[in-house]
Amino acid sequence: MIAVATDPMVPQPFRIHKTKPENADTFTFELAPVNGAKRSAFQPGQFNMLYVYGVGEVAISISGDPANPNTLVHTTRAVGTVTKRMKKLKGGAVLGVRGPFGTYWPLKEAEGNDILIVTGGIGLAPLRPALYYVLANRTQYGRVVLLYGARTPGDILYRRELESWRGKLDLEVHVTVDRATGTWRGNVGVVTSLINRAPFDPENTVALVCGPEVMMQFTMQELEKKGVPADHVFLSMERNMKCALGFCGHCQWGPKFVCRDGPVFRYDLVEDLLTRRGI
Amino acid sequence: MQNIDQILADHPFMKGLDAFHIAQLAEMASTATFSASQYIFRSGDFADRCYLLRQGHVAVEIFDARRGPIIVETIGEPNVIGWSWLVEPYNWCFDARAVELTRAVVLDAAQLRNACENDHRFGFEILKRFTQVFAQRLHAARFQLLDVYGANG
Amino acid sequence: MFVLRHARLDDLLDALKRRGFTLVGPVVRDGAIVYDVIASSSDLPIGYTHQQDAGSYHLIEAHDGAFFGYTVGPHSWKQYLNPPRTRLWKAKGSANGFEIVQENANVPRYAFIGVRACELNAIAILDRVFLQGSAVDFEYRRRREHAFILAVDCTRPGGTCFCASMNAGPQARSGFDLALTEVFDNGEHYFTVVCGSERGDEVLGELCLEEASEPERQAAKHSIEEAGRHMGRKMETAGLAELLASRVEHPHWEVVAKRCLTCGNCTLVCPTCFCSNVEDVTDLAGAFAERWRTWDSCFTLDYSYIHGGNVRKTAVSRYRQWLTHKLSSWHSQFEMSGCVGCGRCITWCPVGIDLTEEVRVLRDGATAVTIGTEKGVPDAKH
Ligand SMILES: Cc1cc2nc3c(=O)[nH]c(=O)nc-3n(C[C@H](O)[C@H](O)[C@H](O)COP(=O)(O)OP(=O)(O)OC[C@H]3O[C@@H](n4cnc5c(N)ncnc54)[C@H](O)[C@@H]3O)c2cc1C
Ligand code: SF4
Ligand code: SF4
Ligand code: FES
Repeated sequence: MIAVATDPMVPQPFRIHKTKPENADTFTFELAPVNGAKRSAFQPGQFNMLYVYGVGEVAISISGDPANPNTLVHTTRAVGTVTKRMKKLKGGAVLGVRGPFGTYWPLKEAEGNDILIVTGGIGLAPLRPALYYVLANRTQYGRVVLLYGARTPGDILYRRELESWRGKLDLEVHVTVDRATGTWRGNVGVVTSLINRAPFDPENTVALVCGPEVMMQFTMQELEKKGVPADHVFLSMERNMKCALGFCGHCQWGPKFVCRDGPVFRYDLVEDLLTRRGI
Repeated sequence: MQNIDQILADHPFMKGLDAFHIAQLAEMASTATFSASQYIFRSGDFADRCYLLRQGHVAVEIFDARRGPIIVETIGEPNVIGWSWLVEPYNWCFDARAVELTRAVVLDAAQLRNACENDHRFGFEILKRFTQVFAQRLHAARFQLLDVYGANG
Repeated sequence: MFVLRHARLDDLLDALKRRGFTLVGPVVRDGAIVYDVIASSSDLPIGYTHQQDAGSYHLIEAHDGAFFGYTVGPHSWKQYLNPPRTRLWKAKGSANGFEIVQENANVPRYAFIGVRACELNAIAILDRVFLQGSAVDFEYRRRREHAFILAVDCTRPGGTCFCASMNAGPQARSGFDLALTEVFDNGEHYFTVVCGSERGDEVLGELCLEEASEPERQAAKHSIEEAGRHMGRKMETAGLAELLASRVEHPHWEVVAKRCLTCGNCTLVCPTCFCSNVEDVTDLAGAFAERWRTWDSCFTLDYSYIHGGNVRKTAVSRYRQWLTHKLSSWHSQFEMSGCVGCGRCITWCPVGIDLTEEVRVLRDGATAVTIGTEKGVPDAKH
């Protein structure tokens, strides 16, 4: 039995210091502990459980810079009961935080490889810390390519940041949207169509994938076609989560607990699960 | 300036085609450059060409009276645009507009159809390549239809 | 090994009470043997037993004077260790936030009387889930750490029992403070007593028991061995975890799913099912908020809800989740089976679905429909 001083089911109060709308339904909060306590470091890809007073708790990935763990950054899309209420919170309000939880992107292990990030929608949020990390340790990696799909140009997350990254010669950023009007000068089409054109060396690439499940399935097929080995592909899964500790059972995905064994999985270890229905 | 045989031989779309057939294609080929926003073809017009992209980006659009042009897909080099020349009655289904400076090899559709009819082995080689394009686009269109980032994504 | 004459059972219970334990044990209520707080041995189901089969339960008066002549009813100890509803914490709202109010509500120190071998194993499984993973569940620990466990071996297995197959009974082997075997031999009625902990030792010390004689030991041993030979059900477990993992697409799931009402009874009665939900509540003014944990079941649709839809929409996928979790994925998650062979899920299934039967068919790889064992809704409650 591991001795723990504090009950892992009890949230710690964090105050919202900054809020920023990202698009019509997505917003970013910057948080810091109410009591000024230092935050424990987190790894890119990990998540927290965020509690809205009296309403409920949801799993949200950490989307800030791992080099600066004292400011907790979360980007959330308002989709239901808890997240819609969260969206109404203003600077100064207090949220409950438990975490960080879960597995993370294997950035250390990926050194020496090309990094290919394929992501869609809100899936960019859990990958932003990975980008911060990779850019901060840029010399450790070969080519770094970010492929990002969104619904419309207005839905693109972190737009200014993406533009500034695109300006850098050492990071390739390709964005595509599902639909656009004639004024859009970027790509239209599915994110997988970008994979074919992206410059990376399939055999020496580590691919990090996060997005809706269907999008990830299509991406896996495309990466396989390109010849990226399955054990170099990592994906982040979403399941219903009530505890994030392996106690409530809700996040089960076959034999895995997504909260504990995930959310980041190596593709070859979960290939069967991803293609099966109702697991 | 590269000669057109070389450009065709180097284009990934024609990869694996023998020199004889490349030479045959070169006879019906020319090059074209489109500036940003220039229309390459418009829906309903007669589809008398097809384009192997060498540089740039093309938006495939549908025009909606209320919403204006809606981009269905963008296609970049080294892809191919235009397959309506293969399907009767040979009319373009979409508008194609260069998003940026775009250069392409243009093949004359009537000659290409003829060459395919006269030499079925060549015809099959060409058809295989276009079938790849159809399959990819169909796959992408279905995926896009799912609206994965939408309200239920 | 000691011997406790049946008339002295209350001496043992009194010793526990003196130590401040709240006794919880089997009682007869509403036509079944259930667990509740007891005051003395007279509250025990003396002379009662029950008859169980798939989808049926009958309480029977055996008039044999046995204290523990039954096996297990619909209750299990999880309701004390991981209650159906627990408040996890309480928070006080304020103008600029909220504050968690830590309250150490009193948890009774329970002594569980009559814990069966399968149930000891079930508790060990819950310990594994809540105490021995990467995190510790404080609520479970608060209840578990004081609990005194008085085990009683099974000498009359029930119609749906298969603990012997699961290597989980009928004899209590570990995880108890004291373990009794109830023996009727040549007109004598006594318990042999084995001690499993220091606390158990101390309690025994107060009772000044005699050592069990050789014939007494033999009689106890014999009754347990007999029990092992008369299990109502059987399950072949060799290679089962891997086998089920490879049977994800077996046609038999459809057959079971047609019968399954997805009522979740099996998960409620199962002594190892641990899944829970949380409920957040506030008072009307929002001055206080609480978070409650409640039992949940993988048979509900909401269990697998994520924005956009439920992952397990069909009865097939939910029944498959339940069975494969118990018998297959539990091994990957906790290095053990999630089933101890207590038979509750068989007895209390309203349509009599019997996991030992389902496993047999899934094993065969056959597509044949199982012979229905439906006996309708149990009418035990009269
Ligand atoms: C590891 C992980 C990381 C994530 N990261 C992010 C992120 O960075 N950003 C982001 O925006 N999202 C993220 N998500 C998704 C996010 O957790 C969900 O969108 C969020 O939980 C939705 O909560 P909601 O209450 O707003 O939505 P709802 O759809 O209202 O409800 C979701 C929750 O409420 C429960 N619920 C809903 N209806 C019922 C009902 N009728 N009865 C009982 N229970 C019900 C569900 O069981 C579920 O737990 C992540 C998810 C996971 C698992
Ligand atoms: S699955 Fe059934 S037999 Fe096994 S422990 Fe649970 S209730 Fe008992
Ligand atoms: S069988 Fe279902 S309810 Fe029981 S522990 Fe497994 S997932 Fe939870
Ligand atoms: S979220 Fe509760 S077990 Fe994973």
